[in-house]
Amino acid sequence: MIEILGYAAFFLTIALSYAVIALGLNVQWGQTGLFNVGVAGFVGIGAYASAILTAPDAADRIGGFALPIPLGWVAAFAAAALASLALGWLTIRLRADYLAIATFGFAVTVQLAALNLEPLTGGPFGLGFIPRPFNGFAGDPLVFGLLNLALVALVLAFVWWVLERLVRSPWGRVLKAVREDEEAARALGKPVTRFRLQAFAIGGGIMGLGGALQAHFIGFIAPENYLPTLTFQVWTMLVVGGAGNNLGAVVGSVVVWGLWSGSSFLIGAAVDPADQARAAALQIVLIGVALCLILVLRPKGLLAEVLTHHRRPAGAQAQDRPATR
Amino acid sequence: MSASAPSPLPVPPGVPALAVEDVGRSFGGVVAVDGVGFTLRAGEILGVIGPNGAGKSTLFGLVAGSLAPDRGTIRIEGVAVEREGAHKRVGRGLARTFQIPKPFPEMSVLDNVVTAATGQSGERVLASLLAPGRVRREEEAAREKAYALVRFLALDHLADRPAKVLSGGQRKLLELARALMAEPRVLLLDEPAAGVNPALLDFIIERIAEINARGIAVLLIEHNMDMIRRLCPSVLVMASGRPLASGTPDAVMSDPRVVEAYLGGSVH
Repeated sequence: MIEILGYAAFFLTIALSYAVIALGLNVQWGQTGLFNVGVAGFVGIGAYASAILTAPDAADRIGGFALPIPLGWVAAFAAAALASLALGWLTIRLRADYLAIATFGFAVTVQLAALNLEPLTGGPFGLGFIPRPFNGFAGDPLVFGLLNLALVALVLAFVWWVLERLVRSPWGRVLKAVREDEEAARALGKPVTRFRLQAFAIGGGIMGLGGALQAHFIGFIAPENYLPTLTFQVWTMLVVGGAGNNLGAVVGSVVVWGLWSGSSFLIGAAVDPADQARAAALQIVLIGVALCLILVLRPKGLLAEVLTHHRRPAGAQAQDRPATR
Repeated sequence: MSASAPSPLPVPPGVPALAVEDVGRSFGGVVAVDGVGFTLRAGEILGVIGPNGAGKSTLFGLVAGSLAPDRGTIRIEGVAVEREGAHKRVGRGLARTFQIPKPFPEMSVLDNVVTAATGQSGERVLASLLAPGRVRREEEAAREKAYALVRFLALDHLADRPAKVLSGGQRKLLELARALMAEPRVLLLDEPAAGVNPALLDFIIERIAEINARGIAVLLIEHNMDMIRRLCPSVLVMASGRPLASGTPDAVMSDPRVVEAYLGGSVH
């Protein structure tokens, strides 16, 4: 029983860290319509930034400042947001398909940089000894797992609170307007490029924070963690959950991570160890099938976006229900 | 006039609300607009007519800021804006509608109109997070104003419905409500009668007249001569990108050059 609880805590901690990343993508795609397929790059920047700043000093490496973990998280957000801002400044005016190509190229560049900047990133050997929150409880896996789960859930709740506030603000409404008709938004006096850039930077920063959460929970990162598969996973989480809906992003993350972990467990149990590496490709097939099913059966995802927050003024006749996307 | 109709800010005396001088724009080798100019003062309404391909829509885009002119000047209340983008011109008191309406289809009618509010501190990220009280007060005021405009344009029964359910004519009204939400002193209307049934057309004409009577300068591009005759004391006729004639609607329509242009003759 304790083992099951311990695994549940581990599973949920990872799932909720993905939920943070999916919330970042939701700001970009769900709210603003920015087609970022370089998610892995921003997650990686956040993970490495926090790891480099918080890991202990090492003789053969630049970095290792042993700063407190919360400072690492703030730096992860800032580094990924700045990277998003720089990339966005260059590319945000591009049409959706070209923006996708640019962001994909950016993510590949980040991954290759992590692979080759060995004095800073550890290169292919990765970065270890990343401090883990509540490491003093590591001897008791259940307590350690539950404490980390609570911490990640707290960070997720904070990000959620901020984003819900923004989504329901006039700022969030303008993002939706930009998503639905850029030219009309501009004709209403909205500086479209500025709004797109802000959404891109905030979303990228949140992805970086999610990357840092994962890095500190696992305690080790390597370039192979930030391959395009990660981008694919996060996109699937958002689409399955419901693009434009923050709760959908969280639900989608748990569901898809459940499918991913469950299929991994099944492959481990059912496939001969010699063939398991090849069989792991079935995980991607499974996630692809789940994505297709959702797109066909529930194109708006498990939870559709709630679009109308601004109702009639008090005194005017109330309407039955909010419109959904 | 309804209490919900907009009131423009005062315009400095003597300064035209909109002054367009010798503007030109080409696309590759095709001259779309060539040497067009006019002046529009507060409370005036000018109709722009011409056959298809006359350059009216390009002229509209140049004034609205969706296109940059190759030459000429465009001044809003004396300030040169020809190098400014569309969104900055809104801040200078100019608003527009689209020939083919561009509602935000998934947003409610009321949200469509509220979105056009200007000067909302809640459109800044930090203010949204750190000054919720001020944002809420401004939002309430904007919502009241938007609802008044929605009522002014007879869309109040649809205020909470997504804009995608509106008919073509209702979308024209929504465009007008959004434009008015920005409190313009110059209003550009791009074929507000296109695709509108006769009963609704009367209502739109009545509303535009009311808006104009409050001192808002109106530039009206329109094919519907009934609307032009009822609203516009003066008309500019364009053909092949150039100004062809100007005067009262009846005078220009009896001008042989205008008749020839409308019948398909080449006019230069």
